[in-house]
Amino acid sequence: MKPLLKVENLSIRLPAGGDREFAIRNVNYDLMPGEILCVVGESGSGKSMTANAIMGLLPKVITVDKGAVIFDGYDLASLEEHRARTLRGNRISMIFQEPMTALNPLMRVEDQIAEVFLVHTKMTRKQRHDRTLALLEDVGLPDPHKMLRAYPHQLSGGQRQRVMIAMALALEPSILIADEPTTALDVTTQAQILKLIKELQRKHNTAVMFITHDFGVVAEIADRVAVMEKGEMVELGNRDAVLNNPQHDYTKKLIAAVPPLVSPKREIKPLQVPPILSVENLCKTYRTGGSWLSKARIVKAADDVSFELHRGETLGLVGESGSGKSTVSRCVVRLLNSDSGKIRLSGSEIQSLGTKELAPFRKRIQMVFQDPYASLNPRKTIGQIIADGPIAQGMPRKDAFAKAAELLALVELPIAAIDRYPHEFSGGQRQRVGIARALAHDPEVLVADEAISALDVSVQAQILDLIETLKKRLNLAVLFVVHDLRVAAQVCDRVIVMQKGKIVEMGDTRQVFESPAHDYTKSLIASIPGANWRSDTTAVTASGVQEGAA
Amino acid sequence: MNVIKSLTQNKVAMVGFSILFIFVVIALIGPYLYDGSPWRMVQRPFLPPFQNSNYLLGTDTLGRDVLAGLIYGARISLLVGFVSTIIALLIGIPLGAYAGYYGGWVDEVLMRFTEIFQTVPSFALAVVLVAIFEPSVYSITGAIAIVSWPPVARLVRGEFLSLRSQEYVLAAKLNGQTNRNIILREILPNSLSPIIVLASLMVASAILLESSLSFLGLGDPAIMSWGYMIGAAKTVIRQAWWLSFIPGVAIAITVLSLNLLGEGLNEALNPKLSGNREN
Repeated sequence: MKPLLKVENLSIRLPAGGDREFAIRNVNYDLMPGEILCVVGESGSGKSMTANAIMGLLPKVITVDKGAVIFDGYDLASLEEHRARTLRGNRISMIFQEPMTALNPLMRVEDQIAEVFLVHTKMTRKQRHDRTLALLEDVGLPDPHKMLRAYPHQLSGGQRQRVMIAMALALEPSILIADEPTTALDVTTQAQILKLIKELQRKHNTAVMFITHDFGVVAEIADRVAVMEKGEMVELGNRDAVLNNPQHDYTKKLIAAVPPLVSPKREIKPLQVPPILSVENLCKTYRTGGSWLSKARIVKAADDVSFELHRGETLGLVGESGSGKSTVSRCVVRLLNSDSGKIRLSGSEIQSLGTKELAPFRKRIQMVFQDPYASLNPRKTIGQIIADGPIAQGMPRKDAFAKAAELLALVELPIAAIDRYPHEFSGGQRQRVGIARALAHDPEVLVADEAISALDVSVQAQILDLIETLKKRLNLAVLFVVHDLRVAAQVCDRVIVMQKGKIVEMGDTRQVFESPAHDYTKSLIASIPGANWRSDTTAVTASGVQEGAA
Repeated sequence: MNVIKSLTQNKVAMVGFSILFIFVVIALIGPYLYDGSPWRMVQRPFLPPFQNSNYLLGTDTLGRDVLAGLIYGARISLLVGFVSTIIALLIGIPLGAYAGYYGGWVDEVLMRFTEIFQTVPSFALAVVLVAIFEPSVYSITGAIAIVSWPPVARLVRGEFLSLRSQEYVLAAKLNGQTNRNIILREILPNSLSPIIVLASLMVASAILLESSLSFLGLGDPAIMSWGYMIGAAKTVIRQAWWLSFIPGVAIAITVLSLNLLGEGLNEALNPKLSGNREN
């Protein structure tokens, strides 16, 4: 079969002064008609670069150095822009990660989609309307007639992505490029979108180039896989071959870092009583808008939440966005004031304490934040960031810095880091600093709020290892807020599943994953991409996985 | 540091900085080097510029040396510009910081208070204030400061509103840091860049405001200023246009240089916001 698109020896040069010379280098692959090719890699691997080159979306400072992208007998990379555009035109289309920013907020869905026909075809108004309606039905949007009149902000993330897909497929392109189209979506929505893409791809025999960082998604959807590392393509092959029998070291390392879905057997330790942290009937309601003219929008972010946390255990708090898991974690550390309920920290009630009375409890319960880039003050040195807490609690400055040095060693960072600023460090290293900061108080409870979700998978594994080691060494109680069920299965002793502010299921991890009781838990677990792949019990090994130096 | 480096590479900003630097030097040491009082009558009135080498820029309606007036005027213009900006910052930053950090009713009260000042035309308010407190350097500086702090408060409030929910601020709260520490050491340093840019532009508008006040005869009667020179020459603009023109050019160049510098600072401090990016 003749390939639809040929990428030949493509090299793209980065502007001088970047961290490497080439964004991608000597990349070769073909896209066959009707296949799904997954381009997979970590952040900074250049996996989106080829797609951007194909679509002419490269920033002006970045140029194609050599090589070609052959489509329809022409080289898209070297063709003049206006000719390439007509060639691409209705034959190649693209969907993006963030469906909200890709849709015009001031245009109704119908107008957005019909605009594609207006620009590229000579359809009449009536034809455009009918075709748009047919497309919306095609992508499985509920009540398409009503959807035509809707504005983007009235749709959920998944619905928006469906609209984007409808637009991309409007002209029946022969190639669809999807750049992380499900990364911003919840796991159940992701499962639906992946299914939809696969269905439509079969129906229209479209070739799909699917760019992702998630091996679960690859396992779910790919026919063939191309693995990118630092701008070079290190492996290309059929899905099963690459996933189950990777040849290149980097692929092996990446796949080893993907947590298997089955929870490892854990010795069931008797829980230490009394619990270090107990939460009873916690409620938190958000009111937005609302005045004497309009009714306020009321969201129950935490609705009668009760659980206990013991020393030496990791309790997972899982759920989709909007489930209230972050609200609960923030109420527990008293960053948010809850409306009612009790929070007891080793027996002392802290839910209703004012700022002054709370101060001595602050250091006993600490938090690791999600975003390693936003959680460190860019104007302070690492040493200051870590030492600030103990200084605020009254420790002399010199002792606090000595402690910061010890903590850096504990989280496996070089001691020289103490005088450097956050921007000099990678995401994983910053997250280590975040952990060191939380540990500076010798806390008993550590709340990790999505502490690894912003990190690449190989770095994730290292941070998880670190948290596990520290938990054992310091006998911490860890409340682990996470949306990634694979991670939850690996690291948690017990899990709590939340939906719409309520706890729907709570139990031992293995039990919850093997025989979920609640329907919602079942649907969550069924939605995990690539559920059948790596459901063996090989443990995660981060050994030999070295984080890049700063 | 990056900011200084990118500022020095910005030619336009450096032109602004150089001009401003020269003016500051003139204001500081000019009066000691240039022999002559701006008030003393030294020659016949209406001596045009470049005719008498002793009085290069000529003399005014009363035969006073224009160049001496310019040199002394630079002093007052820049002094009022900088000092009133500093006072405005001292009012605006704490107000904005408290409003943005605490939110709720604190924010409501402080912002309504700010709006009172914003709804009154600032020049009219300045005129009234100076008139009430008798024209002097102090009252002029104070009046300019009082009419120019509201934008600072607004800006700082906005910065604080967006920064207070940053994770590093939350972490500082969890650390048990006091609110004062969080405001001064966590948030303020990260919101300085837009404040610096705004301040450089405020100096320019303060200089304009001072000149306008002096032009209206509300300047300090004991001090020669650029605005006063233009005001005094306005009746003779047909016979001796240069008497208005020369101090006018001085004002325009100073304000222009401050604006260039401010723009350069903006590009250096907020590379993402400035429009001059390649892609």
